[in-house]
Amino acid sequence: MATTFSLPPLPYAYDALEPVICKQIMEIHHQKHHQTYITNLNAALSAQSTALAANNIPQLINLQQKIKFNGGGHINHSLFWKNLAPHASPETNIDQAAPVLKAAIEAQYGSVEKFKEAFGATLLGLQGSGWGWLVANGPGGKLEIVSTKDQDPVTDKVPVFGVDMWEHAYYLQYFNNKASYVEGIWKVLNWRTAEDRFKNGVEGSALLKL
Amino acid sequence: MAASLIRTSARTALRAGASATPKAAGVAGLTFARGKATLPDLAYDYGALEPSISGKIMELHHKNHHQTYVNSYNTAIEQLQEAVAKEDITTQINLKPLINFHGGGHINHTLFWENLAPKSQGGGEPPSGALAKAIDESFGSLGEFQSKMNAALAGIQGSGWAWLVKDKQTGNIGIKTYANQDPVVGQFQPLLGIDAWEHAYYLQYQNRKAEYFSAIWDVINWKAVEKRFS
Repeated sequence: MATTFSLPPLPYAYDALEPVICKQIMEIHHQKHHQTYITNLNAALSAQSTALAANNIPQLINLQQKIKFNGGGHINHSLFWKNLAPHASPETNIDQAAPVLKAAIEAQYGSVEKFKEAFGATLLGLQGSGWGWLVANGPGGKLEIVSTKDQDPVTDKVPVFGVDMWEHAYYLQYFNNKASYVEGIWKVLNWRTAEDRFKNGVEGSALLKL
Repeated sequence: MAASLIRTSARTALRAGASATPKAAGVAGLTFARGKATLPDLAYDYGALEPSISGKIMELHHKNHHQTYVNSYNTAIEQLQEAVAKEDITTQINLKPLINFHGGGHINHTLFWENLAPKSQGGGEPPSGALAKAIDESFGSLGEFQSKMNAALAGIQGSGWAWLVKDKQTGNIGIKTYANQDPVVGQFQPLLGIDAWEHAYYLQYQNRKAEYFSAIWDVINWKAVEKRFS
């Protein structure tokens, strides 16, 4: 039997990220978009189970992209919710919440401000749907800013934090002004989670836990 | 595509004198003024496609999104012209994705506005003549074609477009999806495009994109599609 995944609850209220991300966006994003990835992932995994039992290799191959897209959507959103924190909470203060990561960012990018500029440029340079990530080459390793298209997940590095650049992540509030969304996201970034992932990594099984 | 756009733009620049008013030019209806791509006017009001597509969506989509593709395309072409003048091949190659994305965005939206029409201007009236025959032969019926097109739209993983295209080699028509703003070029000719980017429907339909794909057939301008087909 294939594992069945279910929608994890958010670790904060839907309106906790206001005014940066409004309640309506958070509700639809979590209850509808994230749920759809999970529903489709479960369907694809169940079909995979059946195909495996039947030695149906063409069908197994056919299912791979569905698993990548919907599994990626589930992983990415699970990581995303957890690397956000209520506006003005202590978790959003990099000095207190992420001293080790902050030092690594400064060593590599010169300053936190310069890093944010580079990260923002990557986010705004995405053509189409996708995500921007700060990744580390293993726990405590070299940092890198990467973007992934659609719902491709980061699988070969430690995802320290990610920012969703699909239009559904900001459109109801920011419309085409995605630069404002990118500017605001730092006010709700959970640096404590980022610090923990940077120091300890993210185990495969923990990717989907909130 | 980039080269032909530049040629068109250079030609237009030569005769751009008194009038800088955007006018439909060429197959794709792309407009230029003083050598620059410009935002084409819509042939209908922003609210004219309601209730299929809200006026707010149309206004943002045309005035903001399409305009940004036009501006960014012009910037990329300026940089390309500088790089060509300097014989800087690296920069020319580096600009290719930007020209594809923003030039593609400009082409796709221009075609999209043209293949939509309010009901009062024939929107939703089924195709006739050679195109109707080709659709029946290829898909069985208009309804069958619409469900296949809707399935293609729903299957897009991320941002993109679905198109009814004509194969220039065989003359056959078919459905193809394109990622992001990749335009229909090369072997295929675009006949009818539907924008599946979230910005095309999100303010009205949110995550219920199937409702948007179903409602848009009421405002499809089949006359424009027939013109492209013939």
